[in-house]
Amino acid sequence: MRALVELENVSFGYGEARVIEDVSLRLDSGQYAALVGPSGAGKTTLLKLVLGMLDATQGEVRVGGRPLRDRPPARVGYVPQLETVDWNFPMTVEEVVLLGRIRRSWRWPWASREDRRCVRQVLEQLGIDSLSRHHIRNLSGGQQQRVFLARALVAEPDLLVLDEPTTGVDARTVDSVLHLLASLNRKGITILMTTHDLNAVAAHVPWAICLNRRLIAQGTPEEVFTEEILSETYEGEMLVLRQDGMLFVHQKPHGHAYSDVMSEVLSNE
Amino acid sequence: MSKAPSTFGLLEPFQYEFFRNGMLAAVLVGALCGLIGVYIVLRGMSYIGHGLSHAIFGGAVVAFVMTWNFYLGAGAWGFIAAVLINQTARRTKINADAAIGVVTTASFAIGIALVSRYRNFTRSFDAALFGNVLGVTPRDVLAIAAVLLMVGFIIFFGYRQLLFSTFDAEVAAVYGVRTQWVETLFALVLAAAIIASMQILGVTLIAAALVIPAITARLLTDSFNRMLLLSTLCGALTGFFGMYLSYYVDVASGASIVLLQASVFGAALSAVSLQKRVGSRLLRTLQ
Repeated sequence: MRALVELENVSFGYGEARVIEDVSLRLDSGQYAALVGPSGAGKTTLLKLVLGMLDATQGEVRVGGRPLRDRPPARVGYVPQLETVDWNFPMTVEEVVLLGRIRRSWRWPWASREDRRCVRQVLEQLGIDSLSRHHIRNLSGGQQQRVFLARALVAEPDLLVLDEPTTGVDARTVDSVLHLLASLNRKGITILMTTHDLNAVAAHVPWAICLNRRLIAQGTPEEVFTEEILSETYEGEMLVLRQDGMLFVHQKPHGHAYSDVMSEVLSNE
Repeated sequence: MSKAPSTFGLLEPFQYEFFRNGMLAAVLVGALCGLIGVYIVLRGMSYIGHGLSHAIFGGAVVAFVMTWNFYLGAGAWGFIAAVLINQTARRTKINADAAIGVVTTASFAIGIALVSRYRNFTRSFDAALFGNVLGVTPRDVLAIAAVLLMVGFIIFFGYRQLLFSTFDAEVAAVYGVRTQWVETLFALVLAAAIIASMQILGVTLIAAALVIPAITARLLTDSFNRMLLLSTLCGALTGFFGMYLSYYVDVASGASIVLLQASVFGAALSAVSLQKRVGSRLLRTLQ
């Protein structure tokens, strides 16, 4: 397998504070990986290092075999956290998605026939073609997520980077977004995303990377979602339950009996 | 004293060269401010128009004292002020609004200090502060037209880059937009637009002409392309009718243009609120 993303002893900090410490990581072409860890673990920072938005203070980041030096990697699609989007900006769905074509047609203000064909095709693929003239504010959370996914896809990326695509949407939408990502991955797109939803990762994502400033572990969810690894990652006691071939992860609440938590988790599922 | 327009009186002001020049300049400045105002409003930089016009006033005074060309001197000053604001906000813990406050008021203070030191040109700087359409020459009109053409050219060929970096500068950089260049170019365009508008609107009213057409257009549409068109059109039309008003009501051109823009904004706001109210009432009735 060809390495698409490589981090070699990468560290990064804001001033004195280290956010990423000596992380070495390799993501092969065609891989689908989720980056998990507590808030402040450096997940978004690591994505920004991969995207060339930040420069590593130590070590080297390579994407597609080329080191990132003052230039973002080509053929990358990025879906930022939805909470960073200005929802009052006067943009229709089609206008937002067309921005993703900027590398391919940047010269003229109008969209080419090829741009429109590509945008229409991706909107159809994501099931939001009927919304192309809607304002982005007037959409549900799941539809908004798909709009920004569409913007990333029209760039025809080899690598798709998503920052918390499962945050702020209901369980059904989480399920549909992750299914969609799995189908895109089957078409050959390499996917790297961050998420707080460990159960969704266990159910849908084949590779998990546990991060808490430094790399704690990586492997299939079966391999790395153990109480030891997750407790170290989250700096707190974690419960991992296996039921009917499925994996459930829950943080152990203080002051509750272990059996109560287990029965609560099982009854919810 | 106010003049009442007769049937043919509507054409009356056009017999005066100063009015023809002023009218052309007002329409061009209105369109220019309307066009660039969209980016200013959407970037959350409404205050920069106000601040930068004050900074440029300082530059204009310095250019006068040093006997430099007004447009070059004030332009360079404005551009440096805009870049300084941008860099201060990006590279330090100081927010953009505070950076605007420091850079532009200091620059304005330099102008005031020089005006009070060299009292002999106080009157000509009244025009820069409050606008003076009577002083517009064909050369000024040409300069404004040249700035409008330059801005139009930059917006046309940098449309997607400007739009993407306005919508989300951080993500735009990931998609290959050279956002630093876009910011610098935008600062240049903004400084040029303010200098071009100074003679007509005056330093004190430019901010309104930059912001009002854009927010009026924003009320009326949810599409960026339509907002650009509507805002430019609103600026040009209010420039045209504002000039007419200033002739008949006998008030300063800048004030009448801005007051007309404010009235159009008020009408648009009322219409949109009414439409919402009627719409929701209709929906309740249907339910």
